Amino acid sequence: MIAQHFPALQVVVPLMAAPLCVLLRNARLAWAMALAVSWAMVFVAGSLLARVLQEGVISYALGSWEPPWGIEYRIDPLNAFVLVLVSLVGALVISYSRESVDHEVRREQHYLFYAAYLLCLAGLLGIAITGDAFNVFVFLEISSLSTYVLIALGRDRRALTASYQYLIMGTIGATFIVIGVGLLYLMTGTLNMHDLSQRLPAVEHTRPVLAALAFLTVGISLKLALFPLHLWLPNAYAFAPSMVTAFLAATATKVAVYLLLRFFFTVFGAPLVLGEMPLPEILLALSLAAMFAMSIVATFQDDVKRMLAYSSVAQIGYITLGVSTGTAAGLTGTVVHLFNHGITKGALFLLLGCMAMGMKRVTLQHMRGIGRIMPVTTFGVVIGGLGLIGVPLTAGFVSKWYLVLGALERGWWWVAVLILASSLLAVVYVWRIVEAAYFKPPGEQVARLREAPLSMLVPAWAMIAATVYFGVDTRFTAGVAARVAELLLGGFR
Amino acid sequence: MTFIAQFNYWVAMALLAIGLYIVIARGNLVKKLVGLAIFQTSVYLLYISAGKIIGGTAPIIAQGLAVYSNPLPHVLILTAIVVGVATLALGLALVVRIKEAYGTIEEDDIHSQDEER
Amino acid sequence: MLLVLLLASALAIVRARNLFAVVVLSGIYSFIMATQLTVLDAVDVAMTEASVGAGISTVLLLGTLYLTGSEEAAPGHRPVLPLLVAIATAGMLIYGTLGIPVFGDPSGPIHQHVAPRYLQEAVEATGIPNVVTAVLASYRGYDTLGETTVIFTAGIGVILLLGMGRRARYGAQGQGGGMQEYLVLRVIAKLLIPFALLFALYVQFHGDFGPGGGFQAGVILAAGVIFYTIIFGLANAQRLVPPRLVEILVALGVAIYALVGDIGLLLGGNYLDYFVLDRDPVHGQHRGVFWVEAGVCITVAGVMLAIFFAFAGRRRRPDAKS
Repeated sequence: MIAQHFPALQVVVPLMAAPLCVLLRNARLAWAMALAVSWAMVFVAGSLLARVLQEGVISYALGSWEPPWGIEYRIDPLNAFVLVLVSLVGALVISYSRESVDHEVRREQHYLFYAAYLLCLAGLLGIAITGDAFNVFVFLEISSLSTYVLIALGRDRRALTASYQYLIMGTIGATFIVIGVGLLYLMTGTLNMHDLSQRLPAVEHTRPVLAALAFLTVGISLKLALFPLHLWLPNAYAFAPSMVTAFLAATATKVAVYLLLRFFFTVFGAPLVLGEMPLPEILLALSLAAMFAMSIVATFQDDVKRMLAYSSVAQIGYITLGVSTGTAAGLTGTVVHLFNHGITKGALFLLLGCMAMGMKRVTLQHMRGIGRIMPVTTFGVVIGGLGLIGVPLTAGFVSKWYLVLGALERGWWWVAVLILASSLLAVVYVWRIVEAAYFKPPGEQVARLREAPLSMLVPAWAMIAATVYFGVDTRFTAGVAARVAELLLGGFR
Repeated sequence: MTFIAQFNYWVAMALLAIGLYIVIARGNLVKKLVGLAIFQTSVYLLYISAGKIIGGTAPIIAQGLAVYSNPLPHVLILTAIVVGVATLALGLALVVRIKEAYGTIEEDDIHSQDEER
Repeated sequence: MLLVLLLASALAIVRARNLFAVVVLSGIYSFIMATQLTVLDAVDVAMTEASVGAGISTVLLLGTLYLTGSEEAAPGHRPVLPLLVAIATAGMLIYGTLGIPVFGDPSGPIHQHVAPRYLQEAVEATGIPNVVTAVLASYRGYDTLGETTVIFTAGIGVILLLGMGRRARYGAQGQGGGMQEYLVLRVIAKLLIPFALLFALYVQFHGDFGPGGGFQAGVILAAGVIFYTIIFGLANAQRLVPPRLVEILVALGVAIYALVGDIGLLLGGNYLDYFVLDRDPVHGQHRGVFWVEAGVCITVAGVMLAIFFAFAGRRRRPDAKS
């Protein structure tokens, strides 16, 4: 009986746990509650995915008002998949985080820190699960505001400016989304996404609707960190506390990608977005620019977190490339890479967090010779790096496979070549890390380090193992992704 | 569709441009936040203007009144205003901390301090 | 006419270099906006914009200026690119609005489909004549829960970033002393503050029948205490409303709101279903709206107060790096 309310509980449980953390005021209890809630949410997301794959779309009317007069939660394979990703990453990150947070955040602030984390989780889950366009904005702001707070808690003072910059850009993006939704509402009289998809075809070619598409695309792209709107990302990832970076890198931009897919294919529909607008061409150009320019910039970074942040912008380019192909294989690649990059980057940042326990900034300089002192951690980083390159047997390879297929299906063989070429760029920056870690003599600072504690290694390695597992057994990821791609292109919801 | 009839919308758009301009062009962190607020309020004006019905009245049901303006934009904008002030409060808190950490709230000065490192 | 004044004040803000002037202008801008909103029949929104935009925002901006200094440096670069971006964005919006229904026309799509049912049904189904309150607290009550959570997030964010001025209670009072030695201010404060608090309660409970509701009431409540703080000093205010209590209020409101939803679930409906809260569904709606608005008021009041205490309690340091 309670299972029928899982859609609501998926968001409400973390949402309620946050004020409870504040009321209880105890750091240990707060962490324990965050841990329990996060794992419970994995269970809920998993069961929702199972249910949706069997039964089809799940609809839940909040307040028992029928949509579109009330707000509806609407679950299909796409957002169920995203829910699983977000909750899984959240659970692993919080399991890892106790030592890391102890080390990087002041003790008396812990209960507030975990409350903010729970709010961020609730916000991201809320964006993914809702079927109401304005509700998206509200939960987007919940996740964004809690993100600004979490980033600003980093030890370096540049965390403050990074957070401020993200606040400005994020608010502009969110306001653009509100403008877009407003224009859509103006022309159709409804806010419900499913309802919009029914009513939009009648007014599809009017200027307000096209302007709405433009505003929504730009607004979501700001959140997505699509080149060149990515300026907030490198600083935010570099200076935030380690577990925050790991959580954000794996989830925040991916949820934004989900939002793009949802608006493009479900609300507006593929024929308009890909067929009539020059969007595929623009997206393709920006994706390629991201893939190459950002990989090049990454190779010149000394701060490893920053390097991986630029790498993330490049990888997001792959994800949007899949969208621009407009083919089933391309979209499968997009959805698969959404998952694969999420767990790969998340794992990498968790492992870097292990290293950060011993040094102020994780730079290539400071990292010299760390392979000998922290062998397990460093080996994990190597595997993650291989995943970024897209070596066969890692999850990254699977994504690139589908993306290349998608490009070829479209007749864009030159794009396929570019995809492979940019992977070579990734080899360069991954090699820089490997070289520093294994082939340079350890500095004095490194010599004092020890291997990371198990509580941190186990979750991080669980994620790394996942990148290998999903590189070999693709039934789950590619299977769901293929199904999603079909649904999206068919405009079915 | 005359110019005058749509005047509300033109003003909203002008305010949008002004607000966005302040955010991007000015380097003082506090002024940027004020610009952001103007940018957001322009959107409020846009939505509420769209919901107005000429000859209508506030959507509070009462005896003798027949035509009401649309309540839904009001609900949405109420939410947006609250979100806006929440963002402003956080932004200002960040500005205070930045001032304490850098000694300045001018973007250019902060950048040059960070470059030196 | 109001619209022209809006434009004028916005342009003045662009040009003004003295930040104190900017803050005053932004207060004027918000106030004119609130008046314009009233003209457009958005009375609840106008009240919120007046209290939040012209009221709280101005207080926060002034508090920040006190801590950071009030002059803006001359802009260094030619602002060509920002100007282009701003114009391009407005241009896109203008393009977008070239096809929209004429202002004020009742036959536009926005007034069909969803909105008429709210206007026709709300009083019957929920017993609340203020349709905005009915939609806000019931039909779209989940959005409002999210909104309350946004305020809550900002509250804990500011507490995390700035603390809540607990030191003020023990430290010397150069800045936190208040102005109680001025007799006139003290007398007026003692007259106005109780009235403000009472008015807040009126706005809270009358929100079903006129403009008002949880947000506005919470802001006015906080404003009363803020007024007290300004006149009588932070130390006295925190003896009256200790930071610990404020923190509890911040979290309590959201918890109450979410709990109402849970109760709906336990009683057999969906989350935030008010129909099941009583044998008579309309009375159930009343109950739901009452408790939910109470939750909103508590959190909003708590957060506004927490933010004010945070700014007020921050010591002004002479350009020291922390």
